[in-house]
Amino acid sequence: MQTSRILMIGAAVLLLTLFIFPLWQITLIAPQYPDGVVLKIWIDKIGGNEPGTLQNINILNHYVGMKPIEPESIPELSYLKYIVIVMATLGLLAAWINRKMVILGWAVLLLALGVLGMYDFYLWEYDYGHNLDPNAPIKIEGQAYQPPLIGQKTLLNFLAKSYPHLGGMAMFTSMILAFLAYWIKNKTKDYETANTSNAMPVADGMLAQAQAD
Amino acid sequence: MLSKNLFQAVMTVTLLSLVACGQQTSMSGAGVLGSDAASAVYVAPGEYDEFYAFFSGGFSGQLAVYGLPSGRLFKVIPVFAVDAEKGYGFNEETKPLLNTSFGFIPWDDAHHPELSQTNGETDGRWIFINGNNTPRVARVDLSTFETVEIIEIPNSGGNHSSPFTTENTEYVVAGTRFGVPYPQQDVAIDSYAENFKGMLTFIKVDPETGEMSIAFQVLLPAFDYDLAHSGKGKSHGWTFFTSYNTEQQSTLLEVNASKNDKDFIAAVNWKEAERYLAEGKGHDMPSEYMHNIYSDRTHMATSHTRNSVKVLIPSECPGLVYFLPTPKSPHGVDVDPTGEYIVGNGKLSADLTVHSFTRMQEAIEASAFETEIEGIPVLKYEDVVGGVVEKAGLGPLHTEFDAKGNAYTTFFISSEVVKWKVGSWEVIDRAPTYYSVGHLMIPGGDSRNPEGKYLVALNKITKDRYLPTGPELCQSAQLFDISGEKMKLLSDFPTVGEPHYGQGISASRINSRKIFLIEENEHPYAAKGEKDARVERDGDIVHVYMTTIRSHFAPDNIEGIKVGDKVYFHVTNLEQDFDVPHGFAVMGATNAELLIMPGQTETLLWEPKKEGVFPFYCTDFCSALHQEMQGYVRVSSRSSNIALKWGLGDLPM
Ligand SMILES: [Cu+2]
Repeated sequence: MQTSRILMIGAAVLLLTLFIFPLWQITLIAPQYPDGVVLKIWIDKIGGNEPGTLQNINILNHYVGMKPIEPESIPELSYLKYIVIVMATLGLLAAWINRKMVILGWAVLLLALGVLGMYDFYLWEYDYGHNLDPNAPIKIEGQAYQPPLIGQKTLLNFLAKSYPHLGGMAMFTSMILAFLAYWIKNKTKDYETANTSNAMPVADGMLAQAQAD
Repeated sequence: MLSKNLFQAVMTVTLLSLVACGQQTSMSGAGVLGSDAASAVYVAPGEYDEFYAFFSGGFSGQLAVYGLPSGRLFKVIPVFAVDAEKGYGFNEETKPLLNTSFGFIPWDDAHHPELSQTNGETDGRWIFINGNNTPRVARVDLSTFETVEIIEIPNSGGNHSSPFTTENTEYVVAGTRFGVPYPQQDVAIDSYAENFKGMLTFIKVDPETGEMSIAFQVLLPAFDYDLAHSGKGKSHGWTFFTSYNTEQQSTLLEVNASKNDKDFIAAVNWKEAERYLAEGKGHDMPSEYMHNIYSDRTHMATSHTRNSVKVLIPSECPGLVYFLPTPKSPHGVDVDPTGEYIVGNGKLSADLTVHSFTRMQEAIEASAFETEIEGIPVLKYEDVVGGVVEKAGLGPLHTEFDAKGNAYTTFFISSEVVKWKVGSWEVIDRAPTYYSVGHLMIPGGDSRNPEGKYLVALNKITKDRYLPTGPELCQSAQLFDISGEKMKLLSDFPTVGEPHYGQGISASRINSRKIFLIEENEHPYAAKGEKDARVERDGDIVHVYMTTIRSHFAPDNIEGIKVGDKVYFHVTNLEQDFDVPHGFAVMGATNAELLIMPGQTETLLWEPKKEGVFPFYCTDFCSALHQEMQGYVRVSSRSSNIALKWGLGDLPM
């Protein structure tokens, strides 16, 4: 089968791992928290390394007047999963069609969604970090508690580290694979019309196997 | 002749002074031990000890948890004595644990911790300990390090030979140290020989839950059953109990019970007992006793009265019990890791008698009995003895084993630990103790697989060893490195109460839990969130469903309480983070505080006697705003009609 088609199937399937692994992880480190307080963000929930993580973070945050993180009031967590399903389906469709511009279109769409997602994440972080309760027990003039978008930053007694988790990395890899598929497609001659008919059954088999995995 | 005597005298003096010198140098401590001993016990800040050690608190009624080799104290687990610090025996949840057929008993004398075993190896699930005075056995759960069960032992007096386990924790045992009338009744004390009996109890342990139940008792003559250990490997299925006072005296025992040249080790075949029970040979004897069990789901204990036990009578059950003659009031009885040798530590003797399990079986096979006492065959000493460690020291009490075929025996009178070889019976090494050692402990040293590279001597007397603290001085533990041929003293440290026996286990075998999950809390008065916090009145009984979370109580203002009410503060700690307990104390409480672990509910009964407004607060420094974690309860006169009202901040609840 054509390399570009395999890459596109890979890109689509990789997106589905977002249902298993978190997109992002924020770790708070302080002397009293030797294991760190680890916040994990999935496409449909927010949790941590322990059942009580969210409550523990909310307890810490209330001292400085940050709003409690309530997953049920974050609409993104309810619809992101549909976007992922749609993108994975479109990815498979693009693999089937296997045309240069279709592949590029999918890759750019994914990139746009990724950038939009990061911007949305930044807005949430900004809101949590700046929108503070004026009656907070601990108030420090000029201090905001916005965690870094990516990287690490000291927030009072905590060192906050913000990095993609496996799901986020899979999404990034998916994007790379799609652009790679486009690049390969662009380099070689466009003779997919001749191949489409006999390549499909193989592709179906691959897909079935990949989903079973 | 004169010159020969003179020579002897000079030699004796010289030898004595040599001995004295030797003692002097080893007593001078760190100078001689040097830095290698210091580094051997040094556990750097933030590092963990390799072993947990559990030492009984004796008359403190508690069980202390230390780390080895550092000797650092981690926790004192309240077992048989109330502990105001933890609210143990003061809060409503743990009070039932201390119920007995004599009522609520806030104290006992705790002697012998014993870890549960699987295949003869310590498994880190539970640790059992005996209460001596009002006979009881307790089980401590090693996931929470809390007492979760106490069972009373009927027909017993002085539960000393207890709770030594069998190799799969099929049973823990409880032998009576004092003969008592059987059944208990009003009789003349000097009718001892005729009316008194000695009962040995076998407590079944549920392999899944650990829950104890009395499986059966064996009715024996009224000797004093002093200590016990169960067989292992080839001798699995037997339990051995030492006895003294085979003279069956009731007064001036120090003279009257020291007359017989030999007392007995009672060998009980509990597998035979199971067979006889199945055959219906057990007598159902009315016996009142209490069984108290604590649940980590409801976070409370419940007491149950039991009314009957199965009693086996040896004369009706041939092969159930044999007596092994053992010199001079044996104290400890210790079985080597192979299960072949049974060491009788004859405490008034200079020798150690070691019986052979194989020879014992051969003698039973041949029915070579010396005599019979109440239907119990007495084997011949020379038929069962496997070896004698001669002139090892004075006053042997207890023996533990290492994994290399060596045994270590404590000698109380000569104040030393003596290392000897199992099988060749030769003395290899001896080390002084400071002073008057009782038990000793090697991690796994009474199991099939001793883990030990350490030995701890548990000393009864410290005299001049530490800075003095008035007339009452501490007892001590003394740590030796036993990895080499010679025992090497590493350190000593004071203990909590009087340590009798101890147990040690690799830290890796213990699975300590961090929190209780709030959603698993089944306490009937739990408030599992602030929305459930409330106050309810039922006549003069008031239930306060209170929650704690950093850094407030909900509710923190309560009005409408009246003088003479019984106010139950049911406090649920909503925290789900490691090491965030909250405390609860209210002014004028006549009991103690509460100390509530994350996810737990505990209840304090408060009976206000005066009108006024009384503060309550968190006692465990929980957070930066711990000092703000406080509230008020208003108490009005009995006749007032102030309505029950509660709240938190601007939220009326
Ligand atoms: Cu507190």
